[in-house]
Amino acid sequence: MSGYWAGILAILCFNIVVAYSVFLPAASGQLNLGAAGFVAIGAYTSGYLSTDVGLAMWLTIPLAALFTGAVAFLMSFPILRTRGVYMVLATFAFAEIVQGVYINLEVFGAAAGYPVDAYAGLGVIAPVALGVVVVSFFIMSTRFGLSMRAVHDDERVAALFGVNVRMTQVTAFTLGGLVAGIGGAIWAHQFNYVEIQNFNVMLSIFVLLYVLIGGTQTAFGPLVGALFFTLVPEVLRVSNDWRFVFFGVIIVMMMVVRPEGIVTRTMTERVTALLTFRRGNAAKP
Amino acid sequence: MLILQQLISGLMIGGIYVMVAVAFTLTIGMLNFLNFTIPALFMLAGMSAWGLTTLGVHWAAALLGGVVIATLASLIVERFTYRYMRVRYGDATEHALPLVSSLGFLIVFEHLVLIALGSDPQRFPTPFTSSDIHIGPLIIGIPQLVSLFLSLVIVYGLSQMLKHSRVGRALRSIAENPDASTLMGVNVNYIVPVVFIITGVMAGLAGMLFTVNYGDVSAYMGDNVATKAIAGMVIGGLGNIWGAIAGGLIVGLTEVMAIHFFGADIVKIPIWGLLLLILVIRPTGLFGHTTIGKGKF
Repeated sequence: MSGYWAGILAILCFNIVVAYSVFLPAASGQLNLGAAGFVAIGAYTSGYLSTDVGLAMWLTIPLAALFTGAVAFLMSFPILRTRGVYMVLATFAFAEIVQGVYINLEVFGAAAGYPVDAYAGLGVIAPVALGVVVVSFFIMSTRFGLSMRAVHDDERVAALFGVNVRMTQVTAFTLGGLVAGIGGAIWAHQFNYVEIQNFNVMLSIFVLLYVLIGGTQTAFGPLVGALFFTLVPEVLRVSNDWRFVFFGVIIVMMMVVRPEGIVTRTMTERVTALLTFRRGNAAKP
Repeated sequence: MLILQQLISGLMIGGIYVMVAVAFTLTIGMLNFLNFTIPALFMLAGMSAWGLTTLGVHWAAALLGGVVIATLASLIVERFTYRYMRVRYGDATEHALPLVSSLGFLIVFEHLVLIALGSDPQRFPTPFTSSDIHIGPLIIGIPQLVSLFLSLVIVYGLSQMLKHSRVGRALRSIAENPDASTLMGVNVNYIVPVVFIITGVMAGLAGMLFTVNYGDVSAYMGDNVATKAIAGMVIGGLGNIWGAIAGGLIVGLTEVMAIHFFGADIVKIPIWGLLLLILVIRPTGLFGHTTIGKGKF
């Protein structure tokens, strides 16, 4: 594999992990425009544990994830007090504060950035990304995933049917933070240098776009969205700026053609029906 | 005295934030749509004004041209975000679509400007560089003073228009309930573009005043101003014009004071910390309406 494709695959793994971190809250109806904040916390925590404490990589990634999850858990209480646009902007505010804090922390090199010792490489981050995808699919197939979907569709009706709405939202938000921490940790170990400028508003916006373009209804959505957003710009390598123009036009057109995202529940049901129909036909003599 | 000087410059930059915040708050109040093209419209006004001056157009005509271009761009946005969704899917606000489409437009506009005019920050040939009033030790820039006054006048005019004119009544009825206002004879497809024209004009005028006052234009000039304006809008409460004014000025003052006391690096923490704090205490902002902006995405 050439270095070029290895680089793209590494970015793809990171994008997929971060997309799932936004997807988990989004699947229960909370738009998170602050992914970059959680990713930054994960990246700096794992970098600190690796460089300053000297822990091995198999410890730094889960510990960074747990720490980010704990932050997300604590933040979910003030943030979940708000709703709709207010919530989008509260998460956005959180990411801005995280950026403002890290850029002033001398421990982490402030604006100059922070070096990380241990190098991960595709051999580590690809299995991690796969694990995140599998676990997310599993979560969406459990009873808890069903209550997340119910809360996403209608909070009041979900509550009437005995779903603990608040617990579902807090858990989904915390899980999202946890996964974002994993994303930050693999970024830190892959690129070996953490700069807060990489975790800016544009990252949050793009990740939210992966999820919304991919579709929030099924766990396929973020996977398809991240693939789409990572590979289409590579294909559109005309010139750097025209590439983004095409890309923006594609986003606008996508919303016109498939407003609920590329993958919807109806689509997966149709595909499943088609597959079982074929199998059924083949089984008949 | 130094504090008073900071207070004045805080109000000056706050005046710009107020106009952008009002543009944001109108689209949210009327259409429940967080319009992320506003930073691009702001930037379009400034950058195309600069582009026109390089073609030899007089600076005043260039500034007006910038506002017109921003307004036209806003109408294009309306055609592909709000109107299309509404026609096909009933209530557009049920989905996050307009939000996503507007992010798409933000990317398109910014990179079209990068292609056409380059990524370097440029200097607008403003004629008012050294026209200040000196009151004792205080220095007040005349263009800044005029633009603060102008922005407040424009916002006041807008609120009067919404209150008393026929179009204003139609707009408020759409904000209340689009279906009922259609039944009462309001043609939604003619009224919604008015919101986008107002948005374009407000964002364009803010970009124009910013360009005249500070003279620096670049393809990214909108991002910073618009995020501060969003903070101001949220602090004031969504959908409330007077809230946007208060919020915009609060953010301007907070920013300048934070820079004065703690330095420029830390400026994000007080502004967004204040926003989070206000949202924790009052989840609808200072003057927000209890129903606006809380609809599900």
